[in-house]
Amino acid sequence: MIKTAVIGLGKMGISHAAIIGAHPDVDLIAVCDTSTIVTSAFKKFGKMSVYTDYKKMFEKEDLDAIIVAIPTKLHFPVVKEALDRNIHVFCEKPFTLSLEEGRTLIKLAEDKGLVNQVGYHNHFIGTFIELKRLLGSGLIGDLLHFTGEAYGPVVTKEKGGTWRSQKSEGGGCLYDYASHVINLIQEILGRPVKIEGTLLKSFYSKGVEDAVYSLLKLKNGLTGVLSVNWSDETFRKMSTSITVYGKKGKIICDATEVKVYLKEDDTKHGFDKGWTIKYITDFAIPVNFHLRGEEYSSQLDYFIESIKSNRKAGVNAFESGHYTDSVINMIFENA
Amino acid sequence: MLKKYQIMDKVLYGDNQFFGVNHLSDERSRAQMMRFKDTASIIKVLDQAIDLGINTFMCTTHDRIGEICNHIRANPARYSDFNIHPCMPYAHKYANAVTELGIAETIKRYVPGNVFATFAKGGLAFLNKDFIKLMKLLIDAEMKMFEGINTPVIFIQNVLVDLILGLGMFDVFKEYDAYIRDKFNAEPGYLTMNLPALLDALESVGIENPIICTSINKVGFRMAGGESAYLKILNERKFRGIAMQVLAAGALRPKEAIQYLSKFKNIESVLFGASSKAHIAETQSLIEKYIK
Repeated sequence: MIKTAVIGLGKMGISHAAIIGAHPDVDLIAVCDTSTIVTSAFKKFGKMSVYTDYKKMFEKEDLDAIIVAIPTKLHFPVVKEALDRNIHVFCEKPFTLSLEEGRTLIKLAEDKGLVNQVGYHNHFIGTFIELKRLLGSGLIGDLLHFTGEAYGPVVTKEKGGTWRSQKSEGGGCLYDYASHVINLIQEILGRPVKIEGTLLKSFYSKGVEDAVYSLLKLKNGLTGVLSVNWSDETFRKMSTSITVYGKKGKIICDATEVKVYLKEDDTKHGFDKGWTIKYITDFAIPVNFHLRGEEYSSQLDYFIESIKSNRKAGVNAFESGHYTDSVINMIFENA
Repeated sequence: MLKKYQIMDKVLYGDNQFFGVNHLSDERSRAQMMRFKDTASIIKVLDQAIDLGINTFMCTTHDRIGEICNHIRANPARYSDFNIHPCMPYAHKYANAVTELGIAETIKRYVPGNVFATFAKGGLAFLNKDFIKLMKLLIDAEMKMFEGINTPVIFIQNVLVDLILGLGMFDVFKEYDAYIRDKFNAEPGYLTMNLPALLDALESVGIENPIICTSINKVGFRMAGGESAYLKILNERKFRGIAMQVLAAGALRPKEAIQYLSKFKNIESVLFGASSKAHIAETQSLIEKYIK
């Protein structure tokens, strides 16, 4: 059994704790958070040890792996301490606020030969995996343009104030929402190397942006648009999509559908001219425990499998999360 | 305590289509949100279902359900035999609030009155020790909109059931079960995506023959723990099953989907959503025909 702890019991941390707690190869032996409301619930109903100080937890528990789901600003000291102690790390996104700190952690994980993963869960959604496969097969020919989008109803009023509303803590739409889209673009289409025309807009929040609009140029020369808004209540929940326009057609992909339009029949790939719609039911990855979408379980299954099989540079390794951080920095600099 | 077993209708009409919940297409989801903008447009379809002989509406404790409840109370003759199976909570409401406000502020926002005055003796410190009291307050708040309406079965949503399940906090189920029976004279129900694990957990805290609503479909969609574990439980264990996502979000045709369910003795009811009268009638007659 892989002895695991979860540090940070916010929305993501609690969800990770439930998923990892149900994993057949994992023993969730400890959780840690500074909020007494949450820790006392775990003390009362849970079977694991509960800590309010992560350092104490590291001293007392013999851990194989940790899941880090605390405010981004705090990732560095916690992840570093874990790696120093030879503990495998799954860290929530964004990875780090400082690029220098990110580089330190990448090197440390590599030197120590530890499994390292960042929580960009969209890579575990079957439709986005299929999008990457279809683009790789050349189905829509040379790529001409892309749009990466995410919309949702996180901040729809002028109030509130958690760490997500403070840029210095890693809050704001760019860190929280747009990072997902940037990471998808980076891994599916190519790494952004130049940012232009950025608009960071605050609609309701003070101190952070509620929307991010940028023009992205990728390393392979492809250009496109990033459009993300977390104050859009016409969306019931976060909705992320990538649209890619090519010489032979177009693909629109989100978490539920892959919609392909081709100008001509493509017998090689088995696609007819016109629209072909494929659904997530064809691509969903089976999981042992389902909480809020297969991708959340699937990414943790993958992390545990990496530990078991000694796979170090898999999907969403620190390096990939770090590159997304550097694109976020480029966007802030361009704004 | 006397355990009361409620009679459940075979045909349970769901509400996802009214609130833009569509597991197959975000685009269709938005189209549905546009169509059902007004509560009147929801009531119109609900009335069509009732005219077809459907008597149970299973719905999330979404704010707009409150408006439908007002309509039901205002027309007692029309809805005297009508049942609602509430499913609580509407999780996105809380999840978005937690992202925006944090956990303590979210509790303040949604518990009626001032929760910290409710726990006046020790304020936050007292709250920390009495989660069951907090759970009861939140249930009361969610149930308020259903006052005066028949609610024979009251469900917890799968996101919460599966969270408690994954965290191994099974005593919470026990407390929930007792409170629903005691306070609302109703039978507790559980939605889940993890039937095999949940049934074991409920039995481990002494909850017998529970009402469990779960994904059951021919293609194994959202049946975590594996199809074979489901098939075994569906015929061999003791629980009152409600099949949902029977069309696997639209991947299956209604006839093959419902015919498939007929071979499991534990399936008592089928939950489905549809927004046209013809689709409602078709699915209803298939359920009546195949579910014994």
